Amino acid sequence: MSGPAANDATTASSNRVNGGEALIRSLEMEGVEIVFGYPGGAILPVYDPIIDAGLRHVLVRHEQGAGHMAEGYAHATGKPGVCMVTSGPAATNVVTPLADAMLDSVPMVCITGQVALPAIGTDAFQECDTTGITRSVTKHNFLVTRAEDIPRTIREAFHIATTGRPGPVLVDIPKNIVDANNPDAYFEWEWPDDLDLPGYNPNVTPGDADIEAAADLLMQAERPVLYVGGGVLKARGAQALLELAEMTDIPVVTTLMARGAFPDTHELCLGMPGMHGNYTAVTAIQRSDLLIAMGSRFDDRVTGKVGAFAPDAKVIHVDIDPAEHGKVRKPDVSVVGDCRIAMELLNEVLRQRGLPESNPDRSPWKQQVSGWLEKYPLTYQQSKDGELLKPQYVIERLRDLSPSDTIVCSGVGQHQMFASQYWEFNHPYTWINSGGLGTMGFSIPAAIGAKAGMPDRTVWAIDGDGCFQMTAQELVTAAVEKIPVKIALLNNSFLGMVRQWQSLFYEERLSEVHLGYDLPNYVMLAEAMGCVAFRVEDVDEVDDVIAKANEINDRPVVVEFRCHADENVYPMVPAGGSNDDVIVDPSQSALLDADRAAAAAAAATEGTNA
Amino acid sequence: MNRPGDLAHHTLSVLVENKAGVLARVADLFARRGYNIVSLAVAPTDDVAFSRITIVVDVESAPLEQIVKQLFKLINIVEIQELSAFDAVERELMIATIEASTETRTQIVELVNIFEGKILAVGTAAITVSLDGAPSKIDDFETLLHDYGIRDLQRTGRIALPKMDRSVPVLRAVNEA
Ligand SMILES: Cc1ncc(C[n+]2csc(CCOP(=O)(O)OP(=O)(O)O)c2C)c(N)n1
Repeated sequence: MSGPAANDATTASSNRVNGGEALIRSLEMEGVEIVFGYPGGAILPVYDPIIDAGLRHVLVRHEQGAGHMAEGYAHATGKPGVCMVTSGPAATNVVTPLADAMLDSVPMVCITGQVALPAIGTDAFQECDTTGITRSVTKHNFLVTRAEDIPRTIREAFHIATTGRPGPVLVDIPKNIVDANNPDAYFEWEWPDDLDLPGYNPNVTPGDADIEAAADLLMQAERPVLYVGGGVLKARGAQALLELAEMTDIPVVTTLMARGAFPDTHELCLGMPGMHGNYTAVTAIQRSDLLIAMGSRFDDRVTGKVGAFAPDAKVIHVDIDPAEHGKVRKPDVSVVGDCRIAMELLNEVLRQRGLPESNPDRSPWKQQVSGWLEKYPLTYQQSKDGELLKPQYVIERLRDLSPSDTIVCSGVGQHQMFASQYWEFNHPYTWINSGGLGTMGFSIPAAIGAKAGMPDRTVWAIDGDGCFQMTAQELVTAAVEKIPVKIALLNNSFLGMVRQWQSLFYEERLSEVHLGYDLPNYVMLAEAMGCVAFRVEDVDEVDDVIAKANEINDRPVVVEFRCHADENVYPMVPAGGSNDDVIVDPSQSALLDADRAAAAAAAATEGTNA
Repeated sequence: MNRPGDLAHHTLSVLVENKAGVLARVADLFARRGYNIVSLAVAPTDDVAFSRITIVVDVESAPLEQIVKQLFKLINIVEIQELSAFDAVERELMIATIEASTETRTQIVELVNIFEGKILAVGTAAITVSLDGAPSKIDDFETLLHDYGIRDLQRTGRIALPKMDRSVPVLRAVNEA
């Protein structure tokens, strides 16, 4: 290719740029340090200025990986993740990460190439209706039609992605407006100072009256629970939460998206609620008289049967997205705004009201809660001699042998639930997973993105054998780009979570869930991709290998832990069931049955007495 | 049958940025979240930067509050007004071609006159009429026309604006239908 012809004619003014240069310069203006991407026809003109750009480009092996890396980067750093891919099949390959980022409110900007404007609508080669396809899986998307609109659009895209309730924004860019050979793609560079978004003005500061009303309910509550969701992390509100919980002495549950928002080792922490939540977290919510929903959204995996969820509780709902208020559960006090700001205001009001000294006495509630904690801790049976590993044990050892600020990413399935349950998250932004969409294959690319953003931290991906096979090729990316992530592959030879449902709800009729332990040979596969690889089958080897893996910092590491094929995740609330009917580990069920019988008998006598 | 003039419906007057794809975003949102649109009318406002979409929604398909909140999350939506029949001026236009034999033609013309509609075209066996007015009036007219045989009928869907504040002097006599 000869040098861009239009260049000579247009470089008279040094401020003249073409669309491709403008795009890269706009990314630099937004402070972008790293772009995860994959080139192709329609985006080619943008890949030329990348050679000279002041940002790092990570060449992935599949566009889905680029999207999840951008998400992992955003989760870990709080900064928007950026991915860039070409048109057509590449754009459709990022649909999954966009949907994932949408459901988990991850700030992300995705740039897609598009066929030249005159070709749009003609079924041109690699044309697809990218903005149409991604409309419902993005917070917003743009099709840019003029080169001079690129800087403003990029600015608006980052603004929308990172403010209010964060989310993915896609910018679709036709080839001709970034083409250095097109004289019309040149314009006088200008970075806009203002945004033109008359319909977008998220409300971040809650109203005083709502904060006062929340404080009133809080002071009256006898059995309150702080039900903390991912919004607290998005709002960078962990410190304000700690202060709120300690000042009010209210126990905290952290949802799957909020693990780490409150330290697991804190005496007020009850762990995770929901389908595979701790008995205590689930039950405390059920018995509570006040739920303070902080950046949480009453997801069905938390509520179970909505009509039976926390039946006696009043609700204070704090969330920046007005549409979450009343979507599932009607709040008694609705606080629309940023969680951190809301908690800071609330803390101030509560201090003025004399807290912590004037806290009501809630010792009966606290005793009840600690009773549950004692009776129904998370539990599993360690494998007997000669048996394969228990996934819970592997995670406990990983947890204890890795730095406390290790970033843990997970795939989707049993290993995800075990990781969330058994890791102790004591720092915010150390847990990265696909909660809303439940995207298998999330963990490896997300871990790479997280490690790229936080190179000094240890990053472990806890993955299943099914998930691993969905995105394992990104380990090549990690090896080539020298992003030394560590993968704990919990190989149970099954699509374990699906196998669990078939075992429990389909009379053990296992259908299409067996993968086998040996194919692929994970150690050989990992080595072929440039990783150091280990296989562990014996309890005695676990610690040594983890220690070895933790010492390797120049290459990605894969440790295949051969795990029991038939371990189930407990506790469990069957889908659509009431949270009152939580199924505990078989070793605890006799105790729970006795407790339930006693409670029913007590209720019956109360009934006759009345 | 649910008719567009029924009170169970609710009217949203939605001011949107006049940008490509806005209508698709609105329509997509309704489809994706399972909300029913009864009718929808869209046209630019006096300011070319904005259009107004009047949407009649079936409030039984979802709580109106949730529909409005989800709509408002669309970046291009600038303002949403909920208009109840009591505080809105609503209009709709209908055109219809009716079977009209020599015996029935005068009856139809009479009906059109009573409703203050217009005759747009007369053929040997049919007649095309138009009527504008409040949606309920058009419902009534449509019902009466049914007996004669409707060949084709098209309604625009309603457009609506909030009623003027009582304290604001009304400059022209408004002919309430
Ligand atoms: C892309 C995708 N396909 C299918 C599913 C449904 N699904 C949820 S968990 C699971 C099994 C995961 O298996 P594995 O990765 O081996 O993890 P395990 O449950 O055994 O820990 C499946 C198939 C999903 N969540 N995502």
